[in-house]
Amino acid sequence: MSVSAVTTSSVQRSLRSGGRDWAGFVFEIVLLLSLLFALVTLFVLLADVLAKGLPVFAERGLDFLTSPLSSRPSQAGVAQGIIGTLIMAVLVPLFAFPVGVLTAVYLEEYAPDNRLTRLITVNIRNLAGVPSVVYGLLGLAVFVAAFAALGFGNGRNILAGALTLAVLVLPLVIITASEAIRAVPSTIREAGFGIGASHWQVVRTLILPSAAPGILTGMVLALSRALGETAPLILAGAVMGSFSTGGSLGEILTGPYTVLPIIVYDWARKPQADFRELTSAAIIVLLAVTLFANAIAILLRNRYVREW
Amino acid sequence: MTQATRTASGSSLVGRPGRRRSERLAKAVLMAAAGLSIVISVGIVLSVLAESIMFLSQIELSQLSAPGWFPRRGMYDLATLFAGTLMITVIAMLLAGPAGLLAAIWLSEYAGLGTRNRIKPVLEILAGIPSVVLGFFALTWISPNVVKAIFPTASTFNFLAAGIGVGILTIPLVASVSEDAMRAVPRSLREASYGLGARRTTTVLRVVLPASVSGVVAAFILAISRTVGETMVVAVAAGATGGSLFTLNPLGPGQTLTAAMASLATGSDQVTGDSAAYLSLFFLGLLLFLVTLALNVVGDVFVRRTRQRY
Repeated sequence: MSVSAVTTSSVQRSLRSGGRDWAGFVFEIVLLLSLLFALVTLFVLLADVLAKGLPVFAERGLDFLTSPLSSRPSQAGVAQGIIGTLIMAVLVPLFAFPVGVLTAVYLEEYAPDNRLTRLITVNIRNLAGVPSVVYGLLGLAVFVAAFAALGFGNGRNILAGALTLAVLVLPLVIITASEAIRAVPSTIREAGFGIGASHWQVVRTLILPSAAPGILTGMVLALSRALGETAPLILAGAVMGSFSTGGSLGEILTGPYTVLPIIVYDWARKPQADFRELTSAAIIVLLAVTLFANAIAILLRNRYVREW
Repeated sequence: MTQATRTASGSSLVGRPGRRRSERLAKAVLMAAAGLSIVISVGIVLSVLAESIMFLSQIELSQLSAPGWFPRRGMYDLATLFAGTLMITVIAMLLAGPAGLLAAIWLSEYAGLGTRNRIKPVLEILAGIPSVVLGFFALTWISPNVVKAIFPTASTFNFLAAGIGVGILTIPLVASVSEDAMRAVPRSLREASYGLGARRTTTVLRVVLPASVSGVVAAFILAISRTVGETMVVAVAAGATGGSLFTLNPLGPGQTLTAAMASLATGSDQVTGDSAAYLSLFFLGLLLFLVTLALNVVGDVFVRRTRQRY
């Protein structure tokens, strides 16, 4: 054996000192397993729901989607929940998005850096962390009470529910819109001012269009969150159990209402085994709505959000 | 300079009156929108505060330490609910803390960019599952297939299954906040560590993790706040409607602050009017608001500390 070969092998040996890094290998496996745990759980959950819920669709077909609520499992359907959730999907954005985006524009573009602005910002961050069930109390004490005082029966209508959910997602809309606006580089802003545009013109024609994909992503995420919420609506007056809906839009808006998550909660508490399958079927419909919205948001962000 | 010339030169700089008017209008509208958030916070506090005070004035303070929480029988034992909330939080964090943190380490330090970009959306989907769905899953799958398989004596409704459900819901939150913190650690620190001959494990555990510790702490605090406020999983899977005796048994049913609120507002337990049971709803809401607010404020301090560091 030549001298150089001996040197090479001893240097290699000392570089690899303990041979393979077994501890590091095990550590990486543990890390991967933790991640897999979350993914596998998601998979099991979806598989379990599909296995229990799909037979209902096979048996009942569209009947399940078009039937009203009923205490008899063979007739119960989620039509009223679908209608309620769709109305929410229109009303919540109507109430929450304009206010949310305007607030974000004010905080990022107009607000002076003073104590009041900092108070508002901190306040919004804290509002985002308030448990959703507490918003239900706000809905009950403010919106339901207001509608009752205005003469809309007991006030427990879908308008009160939608206002409650709008207030619930407002901080989320503001925070995501603020982040999107902050990500627009100041060179764009300065270019606008440089050609003589006014502050509002800069905001309207330059900043908002540039931040639109980010703002939109936040909106869709907020909507998905609102459509999956149960707890606030339990307090703010959604109906548990069956009821009859009026025919006209006015009657639907001011009468008793339910949404898909409320139906899931109501059925999950029923002791009859038949309702287990129905609950799973209702969950499939609910997940189809919320996961669809989520998937759109993720796609939007991955495709259109610009890295400046 | 005379008054007239000053106005003239001033107006030529700020533009036509119509343009200035629309500028002022835009600013006023935006300010009003921002002010609304303050109105909402004040609204929340006022709506729960007034009713809470009314509740406290209607009951004897001794009713707050009864043998259990049975609002319709005038037993408002807060210890029962806090014990339930504490159990759920401990169980959920024992699961979500390690699982979320370790997943974050892998995503931040081991995963390739492509893998990471494919796995993160899946975690986000998990975060987007409505909590009532996870409650049903905890009751119908976790309880029989996990909890009862290990502890055959457990009841169908139990804290352990509910806590695991809440934990699963919280994993994405822990993972994403800690991952952000770890990715904010500058590359130079890692390279310095490798340059000294440290292995990857050593670099992760001795350099990256300590450097991102405030972010990880923030993730845990925010997750605790989330588990304290989680309602539907507990309401569905921990079961006890109507009320519960004081219990520290994770294999039995019981109630938490949040589940007690849901149960007060639903079905046969529904209470209305100005009865003390109805008002207790608002008192619980106030307690919940204060606890989560404190946690969020502390969590926020830690989040900001990571941002300032580098």
